[in-house]
Amino acid sequence: MGSSTQPVPAPRTLAEKVWDDHLVVKGEDGSPDLLYIDLHLVHEVTSPQAFDGLRVAGRPVRRLDLTIATEDHNTPTQNIDRPIADPTSRIQIETLRTNAAEFGMRLHSLGDLEQGIVHVVGPQLGLTMPGITVVCGDSHTSTHGAFGAMAFGIGTSEVEHVLATQTLPLKAFKTMAITVDGTLRSGVTAKDIILAVIAQIGASGGQGYVLEFRGSAIRALSMEGRMTVCNMSIEAGARAGMIAPDETTYAYLKGRDHAPEGVDWDDAVAYWNTLPTDEGAVFDAEVFLDANTLDPFVTWGTNPGQGVSLSDSVPNPAEIADANDRAAAERALQYMDLVAGTPMKEIPVDAVFMGSCTNSRIEDLRAFASVIKGHTKAEGVRVMVVPGSARVRIEAEAEGLHTIIEEFGAEWRFAGCSMCLGMNPDQLAPGERCASTSNRNFEGRQGKGGRTHLVSPLVAAATAIRGTLSSPADLEG
Amino acid sequence: MEKFTTVTGVGVPLRRSAVDTDQIIPAVFLKRVTKTGFEDALFANWRQDPTFVLNDDAYAGARVLVAGPNFGTGSSREHAVWALRDYGFDAVLSPKFGDIFRGNSGKQGLVTGQISEADCELLWSAMESQPGIELTVDLIERHAVLGDLVVPFDIDDYVRWRLLEGLDDIALTLRNEQAITDFEASRASWLPKTLPVRHA
Repeated sequence: MGSSTQPVPAPRTLAEKVWDDHLVVKGEDGSPDLLYIDLHLVHEVTSPQAFDGLRVAGRPVRRLDLTIATEDHNTPTQNIDRPIADPTSRIQIETLRTNAAEFGMRLHSLGDLEQGIVHVVGPQLGLTMPGITVVCGDSHTSTHGAFGAMAFGIGTSEVEHVLATQTLPLKAFKTMAITVDGTLRSGVTAKDIILAVIAQIGASGGQGYVLEFRGSAIRALSMEGRMTVCNMSIEAGARAGMIAPDETTYAYLKGRDHAPEGVDWDDAVAYWNTLPTDEGAVFDAEVFLDANTLDPFVTWGTNPGQGVSLSDSVPNPAEIADANDRAAAERALQYMDLVAGTPMKEIPVDAVFMGSCTNSRIEDLRAFASVIKGHTKAEGVRVMVVPGSARVRIEAEAEGLHTIIEEFGAEWRFAGCSMCLGMNPDQLAPGERCASTSNRNFEGRQGKGGRTHLVSPLVAAATAIRGTLSSPADLEG
Repeated sequence: MEKFTTVTGVGVPLRRSAVDTDQIIPAVFLKRVTKTGFEDALFANWRQDPTFVLNDDAYAGARVLVAGPNFGTGSSREHAVWALRDYGFDAVLSPKFGDIFRGNSGKQGLVTGQISEADCELLWSAMESQPGIELTVDLIERHAVLGDLVVPFDIDDYVRWRLLEGLDDIALTLRNEQAITDFEASRASWLPKTLPVRHA
């Protein structure tokens, strides 16, 4: 028991510990805390105006050794050895190259072994670690929370702020525990967990919170699965999602290029072991989900909270109590060209997209390939498989996954954000319907007039085989 | 950044909830490398519909947008704020904002005032009954005024102070230069470094 003169420290959550350990200046009288940023990831879309700001003010990048850039949003996923066709995309990529050269920033360009989606590259290099703060001018930075890091997306002004000062002024977040207990059934994945969570708390249910995913079903996930879960925290409105580090985390990290070595590794693990939420720590909100009864999940609308089990039907807006939600549902059905009551499994698709920072890691590709192996894609359905990084592509090819994908009739592409967002040549045509392993089903997200159903890699694969929204179980018999 | 106290101008009722930043500015417009020239990109897809509210001449020169809950959710793109500013908006009122969007707005002199859903409906009705009517957003008093209607709004105290003073965040932070340097001296050696490049 503690001595009478030493107060027992109050139990803290994982998020509170990471916050406290990065406090440079504690804010007073309503001003924000100043937090130190351990890792800053940069890409071509949200950085040009930030570099301009530095130039105008005559400021250098404070910590080039905590900063790394890659090209992902604008990059084409085929013919990558040729000049980028779209002049505005090309200028944006060239601007990043010029800026990186001028300021001395590490950059992995298209064609480089380490190029890829920024949220795939950080973890794969071993730069993303437990207990650190990570920012990037991209809302899916929440991905890195899978390691027990506090990671969140920032705007371009904040990118400039971090480049100049390696800190950010931030107001404390509230904390929300999302406990997922039980065992996932066969065919149910991390993607289904997070889609079900968002459907339960709503696309703005996490606003103002850092989410902590806990429970036996979360502990059982691989790092890839945990990254999928944390990646979509922002789709519940939360800036960050976190999972306490454990042996799974350490096993993933150990031996990676930038992971600590020797004594540093031992010191790091000793610190990381102190990070999990203390017993008795209080969250501002708590949510529970039963993994045992979870089905494959799929969205029907135009925000990620508008989802149902794949075995359900398109909901009837008339049955939605909240007036704003009802109006949004009516609008969504109109945009999606869906009729209430239609079984989700009867909805035909024109395209299947397997990729994005949510589901483009090696394990995702393995899952997809395991379902399509020996099948041929449904006639008339366009299927695109896009690895998250050049390294993932090489790894997949070493395992022969590309052969399975190409024999299936799908397109095997180079790494990038691809059809997750309408910025590069990979886009849906107006009216086209897509089963997508990405993270956003907003109007026009995958191309103007395109219609998106968010799904897991397993559902994407089964859908590519049958041509209608399907799970692997539908392939039997 | 210029100091913000009050703004008076035409108000636009945007009767939609969950307006994500992909709607405010579609990704295809994010390729520019400047901070200006985004006015045509604002709500670009919706503006192709002739019945969309911004296509109504009565709302020409609008400066205040009144939108349904969950305005600015989704992508972190600050281009959404630049597009609203370039179009001429100085303030957005909504019952709820996306966190990143609200943060970005404060850095670019765009006031984001949080109002009640009931007041949102009152403002919408008033603007729709007299299209093109002006309203005043008063950051000092934290309220919006439309004729006899006075609607209070919430905004973070610190953001409000910075907007009123027109202060630059980076300059404010650099006042803590010594504290940052001291913090850096205490950081553990195992923390990640991107340079020098390492290969396991």
